[in-house]
Amino acid sequence: MTALRAAGAVSTDRPIIFYRPTETADALRFLAERPEAVPVAGGTDLMVGVNYRHIRPEAMLDLTAIVELCTWTDEGTAIRIGSGVPYARIVAELATALPGLAAASRTVGSPQIRNRGTVGGNLATASPAGDAHPPLLATGANIEIAAPEGRRTVAIDDFFTGPKRSVLRPGEIITAVTVPKAAGPQQFLKVGTRNAMVISVCAFALALDLDRRTVGTGIGSAGPTPLRALPAEELELPWAAPAGLTDATVERFGDLVAAAARPIDDVRGTAAYRRHALAVCAARALRRTWRAAFEERSAEWN
Amino acid sequence: MELKLHIDGENVTAQIDRPGESLLQTLRDRLGRTGSKNACEQGECGSCTVLLDGDPVCACLVPTAGCEGRDVKTVVGAVPKPVRDAFVACGAVQCGFCTPGLLVSVADLLAREDDPSDPQIREALAGNLCRCTGYEKIIDAVHHAAEASR
Repeated sequence: MTALRAAGAVSTDRPIIFYRPTETADALRFLAERPEAVPVAGGTDLMVGVNYRHIRPEAMLDLTAIVELCTWTDEGTAIRIGSGVPYARIVAELATALPGLAAASRTVGSPQIRNRGTVGGNLATASPAGDAHPPLLATGANIEIAAPEGRRTVAIDDFFTGPKRSVLRPGEIITAVTVPKAAGPQQFLKVGTRNAMVISVCAFALALDLDRRTVGTGIGSAGPTPLRALPAEELELPWAAPAGLTDATVERFGDLVAAAARPIDDVRGTAAYRRHALAVCAARALRRTWRAAFEERSAEWN
Repeated sequence: MELKLHIDGENVTAQIDRPGESLLQTLRDRLGRTGSKNACEQGECGSCTVLLDGDPVCACLVPTAGCEGRDVKTVVGAVPKPVRDAFVACGAVQCGFCTPGLLVSVADLLAREDDPSDPQIREALAGNLCRCTGYEKIIDAVHHAAEASR
């Protein structure tokens, strides 16, 4: 505290380098001129490091005023979400079109965190535990990245390269994520020590596509990156006679998801527990979505 | 760097000297506005909750430099009297450290929901920790405040 007060007592007019543009092009130009500048959106990860003096940014680029990043648009078969749209808005505005992502967004942090935190920040941080990642994997989302030389689109499957590592390069900005609209029921299940403010022990997202008769999966916090469970997605399901979904098939699906995970033992849980919990979550998610699609005869999906 | 902010209904000028300074530090250490409490500095506890342009956020996670011209309401300016009175009447204050943040979150909840259910209250207050664990009386106070405000 003494140190803080002493610092606070020094009054100075020294200009500090903090830029808050309204256009993506201006942000890219600033990053090109000042490669040391740290981009910040919601600040819910970054500011913790700043407060604890793990990082001392000499220059910051605030993305929260860039109009393009703060809006979402309906693109017909998909929703394009600006990278700076906070989770609170995804929960409030996109729960019908993107139920999986909205459910995951609702489990992020607390109301205070959801008012600030963004999917773009989640992606840029690229933590294996990021809550938005499993539903983005399960639905086959695309990430739009702006670079000084132009824009590129990266499939979510190709985005993560390691723990807290992605294909995002210095000087680039994530501008949007495009998520296909739900074509069937979706689920997001997250295991943690309480219902708020937890980094997940493990998480699982499932998206049924009733048109294509496919199952999409996403695993969180159980591998070096967020993962899909491809063998589970390839499991044959009784689409033509949905009442024929057996307990054995559902359990097999859960086991395939657990087998696709690559968890480790860490402070939040053991690898064995994560695999067990994923099998339970995956089986539960499949039962719930199947029931919603075929037993409850939800008008939305017919 | 000089910034103009609108805090609790007043136009305020703040001087900061690093880009990563948090709104919480500016409020407490530069401006002497100590209503927002500093506990965890990582967005876990909610003791520093303020309304930024009307939305509850953790002031410790907001860089002050991005707040030029924006509206900040702390416990001083955000909380209607019935909410404060309900906390006193229900004994929803033990050591009191979490109280300013809780009051701001409750004020926000009641501005959106005039008769919140227990699950709605628990979800809205999930980001405010009370280390005395006096949650039941806090929930009583929200119902009490809701009734008094209707």
